Amino acid sequence: MTTTTAPTAGAVAPRHHSPVRRPSLLRLTAVELRKLVDTRAGRWLLITIGLVVVAVVTLLLIYAEDAEQTFGTFFVTSLLPANVLLPVLGILSITSEWSQRTALTTYALVPRRERVVAAKLIAVVLAAVASVLVAVAVASVGTLVASATGGAGTWQVGATLIVNGVIVQVAVVLMGAAFGLLLLNTPLAIVGYLLLPTLWSVLGEMVRPLRGPAEWLDTSRTMEPLFGSDALTGGQWGRLAVSLLVWMVLPLAAGLVRTLHREVS
Amino acid sequence: MISVENLTKRYGPHPAVDDVSFQCEPGTVTGFLGPNGAGKSTTMRMICGLTTPTAGRATVSGHPYRELPNPGREVGVLLDASAQHAGRTGREALTLSAYTLGLDKREVAAKLDLVGLNAVAAKRRVRAYSLGMRQRLGLAQALLGDPRVLILDEPANGLDPEGIFWMRGLLRDFADRGGTVLLSSHLLREVEAVADRLVVIGGGRIVAQGSKDELLAGGGTVVRARDDVALRRALEAADLTAADSADGLLVQADAETVGQAASDAGVALTELRPAGSGGLEQLFLTLTAGESTREAVR
Repeated sequence: MTTTTAPTAGAVAPRHHSPVRRPSLLRLTAVELRKLVDTRAGRWLLITIGLVVVAVVTLLLIYAEDAEQTFGTFFVTSLLPANVLLPVLGILSITSEWSQRTALTTYALVPRRERVVAAKLIAVVLAAVASVLVAVAVASVGTLVASATGGAGTWQVGATLIVNGVIVQVAVVLMGAAFGLLLLNTPLAIVGYLLLPTLWSVLGEMVRPLRGPAEWLDTSRTMEPLFGSDALTGGQWGRLAVSLLVWMVLPLAAGLVRTLHREVS
Repeated sequence: MISVENLTKRYGPHPAVDDVSFQCEPGTVTGFLGPNGAGKSTTMRMICGLTTPTAGRATVSGHPYRELPNPGREVGVLLDASAQHAGRTGREALTLSAYTLGLDKREVAAKLDLVGLNAVAAKRRVRAYSLGMRQRLGLAQALLGDPRVLILDEPANGLDPEGIFWMRGLLRDFADRGGTVLLSSHLLREVEAVADRLVVIGGGRIVAQGSKDELLAGGGTVVRARDDVALRRALEAADLTAADSADGLLVQADAETVGQAASDAGVALTELRPAGSGGLEQLFLTLTAGESTREAVR
């Protein structure tokens, strides 16, 4: 075979090391961040998010009313592509270990599986925060162009607007990861993530007795206020917390238990 | 040093591994033999903390695997060469492990070189690797942290004869320098050439274990003479039981005893040799007979 060379003989003497330390959480997080971008699928998922953000802002610059071409509009619109695709990133970071069977290596090197899971969650949260920074950057460029081309170009950059953006993106990426942990299967997790919360929207509309619970359990409704520059009211926080408890915290906890006990083969 | 004590794994009522105990000492290569589905892989996964045993325990270098602080620096594990992300390059797969273990990046190049994956192969995605190349990559991964113990599940699968020969040398060398090796195979010939000790498993139970020589000696001696009747009489006189086999009489005694018996009776021999690997093969076949077929229909 042309791709193998004559191996050098010997040199595999077992060495005695000084006591080794376990890999730090920081190191594991760096490894997980690298795993997000070192495959074609992962890299293109991130590039797609960036490209779609640029595309929607460009469309706004061309078609939106001049008065609507403000930083706020650009920013909120820029959040949407990542809002849809970040959960997929969260799911893949967990499930690809099982579908590609790299879990065998990962958990042989780090048998304390909860540390790997923690590192994965930190990595996808960092990716979500980075996506908000991209949204800020693209929205800023959009606002500059707008002011140069006759749009409103208003800079009303409230801290609440950005913080809301961070909360919503971190929430959806963790929801994705939670579904991935619970189902440990890529297609199942993606369908589950898209279907279950949406089911509430539909049922909430159709079935009158479910209208009340839907206000608390339909994440598309509880997260809606986060796409704005106003701080959430107490009631809105409450509904958001309940919906996230059901769709993020519970699957995360159950998924962690499942991952810790699952047989890796 | 690997120590396995009464490991048992049940899936439902069916025991996949049933009360398995053995030890692998430093400086030795232990061949873990058994037909497919005999419980080799399950046992190895339990040693590596990837499968929780129903009962029993296993330690590596004196600790349960899950309690090793940085296992990759102590134990090199290759359980399935195909378990690699198809979209990563060989080099990237090793780089991730090197980061996790806290190793210098130079180790990646050194280990790729050691297993004979050149720069072109290292830059290729694992998807394009042959099974033999995946085995080499898996071996590089196992050796990455310069461990003292190696646990390899069917490492010779997919390797060409030259590759198998090379790997035997590598493992022999590793053990001779004080390392501990546990390698599994369903082919006796594959481990016979490199193992010092054999653990034979069938249907989840250990059916034989001991040094290779011990197990080989159990095979007896093959003896042949021009005068078959005289030979039989001579063996009978010496209280040795002889059985017919394809290439002569199979006697349950060592060559010296058999030769002496023939000499005392004045019988000229045409052949006298240990039954050797043929005997071990016989043992392997009889010990595991029926197990593989039972596995297949389960």
